[in-house]
Amino acid sequence: MPNLTVAEVERIALLARLELTEDEKSRYAGQLSAILDYATALMSVNVDDIPPTASALDVWNVMRADDIPGGSLSREEALANAPRTDGASFEVQATFDAGD
Amino acid sequence: MDLCSLTVYEARAGLRAGQFTSTALTQAFLERIDALNPRLNAFLTVNRDEALQQASAADERLARDGAAAFNDQPLLGIPIGIKDVLSTRGLRTTAGSRILENYTPAWDATCVARLRAAGAVFLGKTNTDEFAMGSSTENSGFGVTRNPWDETRVPGGSSGGSAAAVAADLCCAALGSDTGGSVRQPAALCGITGLKNSYGRVSRYGLIAYGSSLDSVGALTKDARDAAILLEIIAGRDPRDSTSADRPVEPYERLLAGDVRELRIGVPREYFIAGMQPEVAEAVRAGIETLRGLGATVIDINLPSTNLALPVYYLIATAEASANLARFDSVRYGLRVTGADLVDTYRKTRGQGFGPEVKRRIMLGTYALSAGYYDAYYIRAQKVRTLVKREFERAFAQVDLIVAPTSPTTAFKIGEKADDPIQMYLSDIFTLTMNLAGVCGVSIPCGLDAAGLPIGMQLMGAAFQEATVLRAAHVFQQNTRWHLARPPLAASPGHSAAGH
Repeated sequence: MPNLTVAEVERIALLARLELTEDEKSRYAGQLSAILDYATALMSVNVDDIPPTASALDVWNVMRADDIPGGSLSREEALANAPRTDGASFEVQATFDAGD
Repeated sequence: MDLCSLTVYEARAGLRAGQFTSTALTQAFLERIDALNPRLNAFLTVNRDEALQQASAADERLARDGAAAFNDQPLLGIPIGIKDVLSTRGLRTTAGSRILENYTPAWDATCVARLRAAGAVFLGKTNTDEFAMGSSTENSGFGVTRNPWDETRVPGGSSGGSAAAVAADLCCAALGSDTGGSVRQPAALCGITGLKNSYGRVSRYGLIAYGSSLDSVGALTKDARDAAILLEIIAGRDPRDSTSADRPVEPYERLLAGDVRELRIGVPREYFIAGMQPEVAEAVRAGIETLRGLGATVIDINLPSTNLALPVYYLIATAEASANLARFDSVRYGLRVTGADLVDTYRKTRGQGFGPEVKRRIMLGTYALSAGYYDAYYIRAQKVRTLVKREFERAFAQVDLIVAPTSPTTAFKIGEKADDPIQMYLSDIFTLTMNLAGVCGVSIPCGLDAAGLPIGMQLMGAAFQEATVLRAAHVFQQNTRWHLARPPLAASPGHSAAGH
């Protein structure tokens, strides 16, 4: 049965971009193991030749004109909720070192 | 007249006849919110100033055009609550999360825009489990909502704020969202009517996404007629949501007329299980007998994959959530906690901004989508989802409605399940199957347990059969009084302190 280690929890937390406390890591290891154990019920189901369902609707490739329904936001509106801006752009930390 | 207890159509009739103004109606709700919301925490944001402006504009239109105003504005002057996962232009929208504590959308969700165009008054934003992930509102970043029937108990979730607000007469009706039962389960636990629409019936544009293949918008109301009125307004194709269905919107209110005599009702054995509260099963069976007495044909059916739906749901919904919630990266909106570098900033922001259940679901979904587990968990869950969906299709080839309990128990105590995720997840065992299949259904009150807590009964229909589901619910409510039961709260503010 699935038994997540703290190391696996740390690997997933990095993929998910979550910083967890030591207490959260051990708690989630136990709780996620229990939930995955519950999901083992699915492993015994015969799904040969059964296609996966990604959407309840039988709708594929909805096409529309290449425009923006309802228009776009102004720059001011787009920036209004940002934690940091220079008045014209979103401000983020550098993604590359200056020496790169 | 107790203005706050009116249904949407009763309030509309009162406004039309000039018995009261929208301003008086709105003021009455705001006063009741002032009196009761500190106890219930149903509203996270009260939209006082805008609501009074909207009411005043409605009164002006009514004075100018009279009853004709309702022809193009069917909700003119009617005070509504809106779940805080639905974007409201210029009005703070938190999704119940600290990460969005100061977020104010620049646009309306399409369903909100349609209510606005219909003349509704927006009383405020209602509490929800964080990002709609939960069954009790205990996962809200802003405190639990209390059930008006017993304030030591949860209202259900995730639309618990909307359900409590409608049950406590803090608004005429409210909008919610349902990804695995989040409209129906709180409606059941608060003794009101909750409509979960077919996938694609109502645009999801502006609904803060949780599980995109499962999310639906629906109304929480005092009865089925109000649910039909609201659905008629919010349903329909929206170019901004490519999954919104291009199907005609039916005149749901008019289609309530009729009876249930030609209806075949299926009762699934798998929804009456050991471990459920016996009073719930008894009340729902009595409700089915009522429908039989009104002329419906009742047959037993099987939905054998029901017990698989819970793990299927928790793999698919969390996988979709892990992708949807990646947008909370502290760049365009929301909290930012600056770290040593960009990845560290992401991790600190999300680690501190999200609550425990949201992090748990992101972790589970990320795991299910990660290399080596994708086929074993995610794809397998999608294949079993196909089985669940096919079972519903087979059943609806045989019957018009499926009737079952909404939740295995009545409202549970605050804290009772908070430390055990699986126990909490099990409270949605009868509702999440419908989201996997994309079908529609309504939860209506059908009894009270020995503690005086409401019991909900689910009427499920095939995809886009909302008219049938609502008609059956309406006929039931025309012949029973459960939907009229009200919680033992102080009747109205100002009278609450009066001794007798």
